[in-house]
Amino acid sequence: MRELFTRVFAIFWKDLLSELRTKEVATSVLVFALLVVVIFNFAFESGEDTIGLVAPGILWVAFTFAGVLGLNHTFATEKENSSLEGLMLCPVERYVIYLGKLAGSFTFMLVVAAIITPIFLVLFNLPLCLPRLALIIVLATVGFTSVGTLFSALSAHTKAREIMLPILFLPVVVPVLIAAVKATGVVLDGGAWSDMSTWLQILVAFDIIFLVVSVLVFEFVIEE
Amino acid sequence: MAEGDLSPTPWAIETHGLAKSFGNIPALAGIDLKVKRGDHLTVFGPNGAGKTTLIKLLSTLSKPSGGSVLLDGLDIRKTPEQSRSKLGVVSHSTFLYPHLTVSENLRFYGKMYGLANLERRIEEVISQVQLKARLHDRVGTLSRGMQQRVAIARAVLHDPPVMLLDEPETGLDPHATVMMRAVLEHFTSGERTVVMTTHNLARGLELADQVLILHEGVVVYQEVKQEIDAAAFPEIYDRCTGMRR
Repeated sequence: MRELFTRVFAIFWKDLLSELRTKEVATSVLVFALLVVVIFNFAFESGEDTIGLVAPGILWVAFTFAGVLGLNHTFATEKENSSLEGLMLCPVERYVIYLGKLAGSFTFMLVVAAIITPIFLVLFNLPLCLPRLALIIVLATVGFTSVGTLFSALSAHTKAREIMLPILFLPVVVPVLIAAVKATGVVLDGGAWSDMSTWLQILVAFDIIFLVVSVLVFEFVIEE
Repeated sequence: MAEGDLSPTPWAIETHGLAKSFGNIPALAGIDLKVKRGDHLTVFGPNGAGKTTLIKLLSTLSKPSGGSVLLDGLDIRKTPEQSRSKLGVVSHSTFLYPHLTVSENLRFYGKMYGLANLERRIEEVISQVQLKARLHDRVGTLSRGMQQRVAIARAVLHDPPVMLLDEPETGLDPHATVMMRAVLEHFTSGERTVVMTTHNLARGLELADQVLILHEGVVVYQEVKQEIDAAAFPEIYDRCTGMRR
């Protein structure tokens, strides 16, 4: 177990160091997410009655497309440097590579969410302290990145990977996005825990399903 | 092996009817190989002969369409992780991360191989490839020749008994080639089993114990070095591959 953690962390740390030095993905993803939130803020004036209805969708549109942008790079950088072969030559089971990459994507998405969410709440004149929203973001990010990392590996083998990833990935992750939007709507409306419990259960269920299935099938996706 | 004999097979690498196709296009067709422990096999062949495909199959990077590969008597498809821990692969791609330093790259691979005393081992191999002064430089800032030497350090970090070299001198200038040959000779001498693909007939023959020529995915020539007349080898190669000089 310790060996597994060491190797997963080694992949995570390697990706983090590369990203901290290049800032290739972080900059573009953050600017994109910020643009989405700002543009929608102009489209829907804060204080309007419709805000409660559209705000959850705006937040998750920003996260989803920014996430796709980030996920596109998860395996693409490995392919570009041919380092994916080096990684696959390591004496580890293929799912270790998946877990390392997933840890990176998950952390990256959470950092983006941690920066974008307060800006979104301020722009739309919503309360800043929403611990339940944080829980929804964490749960949805698990499902989103677990299946996204898998599809990122799949699309890395294709020539038009930047188009292929959203086409393949978004239909699969729809249940997570719907549950996240609905649960966020309950939180922003000031609803009770019981109002969002069904959506949280759906999120947890899809997190488990996506994670387990992705671990099991990753080997077949990454192999030639 | 005699019945009841539990001693390991003398063959470091064996392939039986090894085949690989991409769709309907065969890249390798029924390759039978036996490489003794400590021997150096050089694989020659023109572009598209199947040399890289062979290395990919031996290194578990690609799955065969037919046949099998045994490493120390064990089928690599049944024991892929164990097999990979015995292999060091050097290709014309370095498998290195350009934005990480030399030491960060080696530390990463060392952790992936679960090496103990990693820092000492990194110092050891980086001294052997004569790049100690560049240990903390980013790989992307090194010359192609230096990057290839780091790639060798990466490949031998876990002290593998078998090395697979896929045209390791591709893209190097003459000075870098000389440097790299010295480094490679250091690491491939002794007990290590080596399979190397190359276009350089003289160099490949010089290093080999056994020679194999591939053409269109088929072994068209296989001989031990003692039986080969070095002067006549270019002619043999031309004849086998249908080339005219």
